[in-house]
Amino acid sequence: MPRKTMIEAIRDGLDVSMGRDNKVIVYGEDVGFFGGVFRATQGLQAKYGRSRCFDAPINESGIVGSAIGMAAYGLKPCVEIQFADYMYPAYDQLTQEAARLRYRSNGDFTCPIVVRMPTGGGIFGGQTHSQSPEALFTHVSGLKTVVPSNPHDAKGLLIAAIEDPDPVIFLEPKRLYNGPFDGHHDRPVTPWSKHELGEVADGHYTIPLGKAAIRRQGSAVTVLAYGTMVYVAQAAAAETGIDAEVIDLRTLLPLDLDTIVASVKKTGRCVVVHEATLTSGFGAELVSLVQENCFYHLEAPVARVAGWDTPYPHAQEWDYFPGPARVGRALIETLDA
Amino acid sequence: MADAGMLRFHVPEPEVRPGGTPDFSNVTIPKAGSVPRPEIDVDPRTIRDMAFSIIRVLNRAGEAVGPWAGLLTDEELLEGLRHMVTLRTFDARMQMAQRQGKTSFYMQHLGEEAVSCAFRKALAPGDMNFPTYRQAGLLIADGYPMVTMMNQIYSNEADPLKGRQLPIMYSSKEHGFFSISGNLATQYIQAVGWAMASAISNDSRIAAAWIGDGSTAESDFHSALVFASTYKAPVILNVVNNQWAISTFQGIARGGSGTFAARGLGFGIPALRVDGNDYLAVHAVAKWAAERARANLGPTLVEYVTYRTGAHSSSDDPSAYRPKAESDAWPLGDPVIRLKNHLIHRQVWSEDRHTQAEAEILETVIAAQKEAEGHGTLHAGGKPSTRDMFEGLYEEMPPHLRRQRQQAGV
Repeated sequence: MPRKTMIEAIRDGLDVSMGRDNKVIVYGEDVGFFGGVFRATQGLQAKYGRSRCFDAPINESGIVGSAIGMAAYGLKPCVEIQFADYMYPAYDQLTQEAARLRYRSNGDFTCPIVVRMPTGGGIFGGQTHSQSPEALFTHVSGLKTVVPSNPHDAKGLLIAAIEDPDPVIFLEPKRLYNGPFDGHHDRPVTPWSKHELGEVADGHYTIPLGKAAIRRQGSAVTVLAYGTMVYVAQAAAAETGIDAEVIDLRTLLPLDLDTIVASVKKTGRCVVVHEATLTSGFGAELVSLVQENCFYHLEAPVARVAGWDTPYPHAQEWDYFPGPARVGRALIETLDA
Repeated sequence: MADAGMLRFHVPEPEVRPGGTPDFSNVTIPKAGSVPRPEIDVDPRTIRDMAFSIIRVLNRAGEAVGPWAGLLTDEELLEGLRHMVTLRTFDARMQMAQRQGKTSFYMQHLGEEAVSCAFRKALAPGDMNFPTYRQAGLLIADGYPMVTMMNQIYSNEADPLKGRQLPIMYSSKEHGFFSISGNLATQYIQAVGWAMASAISNDSRIAAAWIGDGSTAESDFHSALVFASTYKAPVILNVVNNQWAISTFQGIARGGSGTFAARGLGFGIPALRVDGNDYLAVHAVAKWAAERARANLGPTLVEYVTYRTGAHSSSDDPSAYRPKAESDAWPLGDPVIRLKNHLIHRQVWSEDRHTQAEAEILETVIAAQKEAEGHGTLHAGGKPSTRDMFEGLYEEMPPHLRRQRQQAGV
């Protein structure tokens, strides 16, 4: 099976979707002729023409607002916000418009849009190219939020998102574009060509939204993670020698609660990991759900490892990033508790 | 000489406040028929002055004059009058129903009926409006059932929106009426997106965006103008300047640009101002803009100069911020009376027939109201179920919502 980087897999997913359905329209800043700053849309304009893939003005509320209008017309826009950090001007359109159009019109109008955005840090992007705003989307009734962690999933989840009848936020952990980065920034990252999840089948396939994947079977503690943290958690388990079960949530909303509950009931312990800031982060929701559903199976308090509650710094990137050492300490403490 | 003294902060103020004498002497009103009608493929740069004038058809004698006149037949004009009187009557009844506690909120059109009623007749079936809360004439003039509107206003058991939306936030794809959000300006860029989609699909349908004078200050207005200009989207960008954004006079949003239409000039978008209380002028200008859009000539910005005679909403009291008699002083008159006088001048209408028509329309509206109230009002009779609250957010209800619905016991 061909192996691809995550960018190539996303491009493949867009290509397959555009090839199958001429209602799929792709646009965003630098997305047309150039193919996007991360090159996810490279070649699509040449293949499908300027009506299907084009450059947008630097205006995120305009990109999302126009996509909502296109979706109301009957097209299926899949737009790119260049960095998740740039989505705030579009937040009104996403939360009060896209998310509620079906509900408020009782299905008279719907909003099948996908908003792709690179998320997370680890590339020395500073405050405005490193954020993980997923909790700002999962808090909104009417949106779906997806965070793939590898090329195989990225393609299948993206096609599923494009085919979904409702608005989907598709957060791409940019540190994973080239390989399964595990937080060891001082070592070269293994390329996807050497990883089995770099295998991306040709043609059309989907991965259903709302289904988690167990990346590492274990019996001592459950780690709930998504995006880059899936590999950080696996590294932490390997380096501490703790038999952790690592769950890759893949979709934050809808959430695969059944897989989470089954695992925590088995292990009796749980650590929640994300790169986003701690307070009111998605981890708080996960901890609540674990406590509500698994309280009498828990042997220890549920721990959280997250980004510190500061803006994402530049020079102190690796002090900020919740790497394998911090996750490892949480695993040890949870087992000792 | 430049004033090089201390810096002074400037906050615009309206000419007159409560207690003062209404004064619109600063509003220049060109003579009816005096503004030329350019070809639709005119170079926008050559008609920039139209953004500072006012296209008018009906003169004070009730005659239709000038190059924008002559598009509508007697029958069409009589129908237009009926639509405006219906909207006004509907508003009066629903305003009263709100006062009687049958609904929580209402927004009327008093003085602005011509804008949406006449505009609707310039569109073709399949075209899509992205309205604000003050364009219900688009529905009335397209034959949308009044009972359905009232069911929505009452949030009753027959409400097509299942009680999920504030009163008057209608939605009807079938009648080219996009779901009203209740947010301001968000729909403006969505209209441009819809129009872009129509062009991408090589369709022939066009979109119409709607916004009020106050909300043009929102960034979504500017987003819409950028996208419409860049992609030459087949959209009519309507600005209804009714002088007041709740208590804020239009000068706060307009700033130094002279007119709202002038906002289009920097984007290379042809910008027209029209007498919003003149049914014939509104229709003629809308028709011109629609033809441009359909001919791949791109967007047109139209400012409707009108006056919000009524309160902003049922929660508003204009006497706190503007003179009581200001609407009487408004120099462009009342849209219903002006069209009525024109039809009398055409010898197809009379005061007696008008009085009779008003009574008949009132009867129709009351009958619709009775029927709607048979389905319940906000606090009495049939209403949407608690189950309806959980449904329809996603096409397929996700597990967490199913659990919550169960918890709620429905």
